[in-house]
Order: sequence, then C-alpha cells, then structure tokens
Amino acid sequence: MGIEILGLPMMYYIAMLAKVLVAFVFVLLTVAYATYAERKIIGHMQVRLGPMRTGWHGLLQPIADGVKLFFKEEIIPSQASTFAFLIAPLIALIPAFITFAVIPFGGTIEIMGYKIPMQVAAYYDTTAGQVFDVNVGVLYILAMSSLGVYGIVLAGWASNSKYSLMGGLRASAQMISYELSAGLSIIAVFMLSGTLSLTKIVELQSGMGGFEWYVFKQPLAAFMFFICALAEINRTPFDLPEAETELVSGFCTEYSSMKYAMFFMAEYANMVTVCALTTTLFLGGWNGPFAVAVPLLGPVYFVAKVYFLMFFCMWIRATVPRYRYDQLMHLGWKVFLPLALVNIVVTGIIGYFI
Amino acid sequence: MLGAYLPILLLVIVAVGFGLCSLVFSSLIGPKKISALKLSPYESGCEPVGTARERFSIKFYLIAMLFILFDIEAVFLYPWAILYKKLGVFGLVEMGLFIVILFVGYIYVWKKGALEWE
Repeated sequence: MGIEILGLPMMYYIAMLAKVLVAFVFVLLTVAYATYAERKIIGHMQVRLGPMRTGWHGLLQPIADGVKLFFKEEIIPSQASTFAFLIAPLIALIPAFITFAVIPFGGTIEIMGYKIPMQVAAYYDTTAGQVFDVNVGVLYILAMSSLGVYGIVLAGWASNSKYSLMGGLRASAQMISYELSAGLSIIAVFMLSGTLSLTKIVELQSGMGGFEWYVFKQPLAAFMFFICALAEINRTPFDLPEAETELVSGFCTEYSSMKYAMFFMAEYANMVTVCALTTTLFLGGWNGPFAVAVPLLGPVYFVAKVYFLMFFCMWIRATVPRYRYDQLMHLGWKVFLPLALVNIVVTGIIGYFI
Repeated sequence: MLGAYLPILLLVIVAVGFGLCSLVFSSLIGPKKISALKLSPYESGCEPVGTARERFSIKFYLIAMLFILFDIEAVFLYPWAILYKKLGVFGLVEMGLFIVILFVGYIYVWKKGALEWE
C-alpha cells in the first residue's frame, strides 16, 4: 500500500481522521439535540409543548441556545482562583468527549481494499488478519469517567463561593461513591466474557438472535450499572449537585457564558457515553438482524439502542422525584455495593458449575 | 498497539482544540461591563459574608478514604474476573476468601456508622 508512516499504511491515517471526525461530530450533535429532545419530551410528558418558536417545532433551539451562550458576558469572580476557574470546564469536558473512542459502533467495512473496523480506537492488521482494538477498553472508560470528577470538584473549589463549594463537594462524594458501585457491578460481565476488549464483548453477544445479550444473563448487573451510571453522571433522580432548590446551581453557580455551557455539554456527553457503554456491555452493541451481512446496518442498530436508552433517561427525569442526600449515599453504599459483591460471588459459583 | 492508541491521541487533540477555541472565542465576543458587585461571589443577592474556604464536614473525607479502599479491591477483582475460568476452583476459593475479608471490613465500617448521614 505505498507510503507507510510508523509502519502503518496511508489508508490507516485517512480512516483514522474520518472516524475521529465522525465520532466527535456524532457526540456533539447528539449532545446539542439531546438538550432539545429532553425539553420536548419532558414538555409533552407534562402536557406542554416545549420549545416551539425557533424553527419548525423549535428544531433550531439548540443552535439558538449555543449562539446566545457564545455572546454572553464572561464573568470571573474577583475572589476566584483564576487559572483553576478557567481550566475546570475543560477538565470536565475533554474526558467526556474522548471516552467514546473505544466504543465499537459497527462491524468492519471495506473501502478500496482496506478493511476499516467501525470503532475509533481500532484498526485492521493485514499481516495478522484481524482487528486490533484497545484491549483494556473498559478500563479506559472507567479511567476517563474518573477524570471528570476533577473538573467538577475544581470548579466548586475555584469559584470561592459557598454554593459552589457545597455543590462541588457533594458532586465529588456522589460520583466516587457510585463509580465504585458501577465498577463493581460490571465485573460480573467480564467474568462471563473473559476479556475487557469491547469489540470482543460485542462479538460474544452476537448469537441466538439477541438472547446472548448480557442483559439476559446478568439482569441485576445491567440494572445496577445503569442506575449507578445515572448517579455518577449526576442525572435525575440523582442530580443533587445542582439541586437548584437548595444550592442555586451547585458547582457551576459562578460560571457564565461558554464555560457554563461546557459543563452541560460534558453532562450530556457523559450521558451519551453511559448509554453507549450500557448498549455495548448489555444490549449486544451494534448487533441486530442482518448486521453482519450488511455492515452499514450496525451503526443504525447501535444508534437506535443508544437513543432509546437516552429517551429512557429523560423519561426517568420526568417521572421520578429527586433523592435526598442521605438516601442517595445509603443507596450507593448500603444497597448497591453489597449487592454487586454478592452478584460477583453468585456468578462465580454458578459459572464454575456450568 | 500503536494503531489502536493513535486515534485516541487525535481525539484528545480535537477535544482540547474544541474546548480551548470555545473558551477563547466566547471571551473575545462577549460584552465586558464588569463592576465590583458583579464580580463578588453569589449569595442570593445579599452581601457575601466571610470566605467560602472554611472547614467542611468530615463525612466527605471519610467517603473519599472508603472509596480508595474499596476501589483498590475492585482493581484486584478485574484481572481475576478475566481469568477466573482458567483459574478453576483454586481461583474461586481464593477470591471467595478475599471477598469475605472485604465484607468483614465493610460490616465494621457500617457498624461504626461511617456510612450514616444525618
């Protein structure tokens, strides 16, 4: 294949650029339209119309919001630690956007004789004749989601405002508590799969017309992971860090303009990632009818499953009231943590005898 | 190996670029009419009292310490989970003992009231 850079053919770099851009634009657009979809869905669930004025049925609302936030005044409080105050939204946003790299969103397609796996951080090795991806993909996701905590706790501390500090502290305590339970609950899945590579986990769920999905083998783990993930990304009913009735706006009270928007973009990007990870681990990833025969169907199934889960998140937001902080900690430490450990032990014993 | 990790580097560059650009552009475009009142920390419209950098509840430290302890246990469980079918009965018993010890510590923490929030 002609020119090679670092032992990789030219086509690899073209494919890499294309995949990175597609994934980034996908997350960005989904984030933008998730805000619109959320307002619209919750609106209709509460017998309202939601945004209607900007464009047909308010379809241009995310763009209007974005432009508005761009033109807003930027305020850096005089008592704030300026550098930390500026860097905090970036620390929250960047991990949220790069987590998507290891999630497979389709099978392998062939363009001009070069096989391209539809996963950002993966490539097809022609000499070995197989797809190589990040073989610790799940650990990468867990690591990146832990990094997001820094952005939020730093934002709360750097603002030097009481509401921000309380919001930041609450957020960090909540996020680390549920990160633990989320991390423990998915161990049962890896006991079944025997690998941390997300490509292989999706492959293992391809058979039996959907009944090989891990949600059927590990329903408790799927349930716990999804709830813990909701709590980890501060979604309702666990959105205590931004509980506006008591903490104004939590850790982002002092933020304005684009920096404020970045926290919300991070939150929605995290929601996309969590839904994509749940899809990959429990709902068979991009598998579906004819997905192997027609590779382009893979991303369609994947996106459909992710959007269904995101709809589910919004549905929960419209239905369930907010938790109290002590109830939240109680649920995380006294219910999900022992339950996850018991699930591991039970899976271990059953898995050994079968 | 390199082939799988290069795209992550590129994605990091794209994400950092996007974040920095939106920070810089919004600060260039937005209006700037600052006043001392506007730059003071928000306290529901009242004059800010004291500093925010005060002592806060010990509970948060406790949670952070417990998190580190239990997260390390989780880190031990990951490699075991991958290999547990190959390790057979030996691996199962080993990890069973490990989890039992972990549970004893967990019950101690619970009984000591470290997980209570008033």
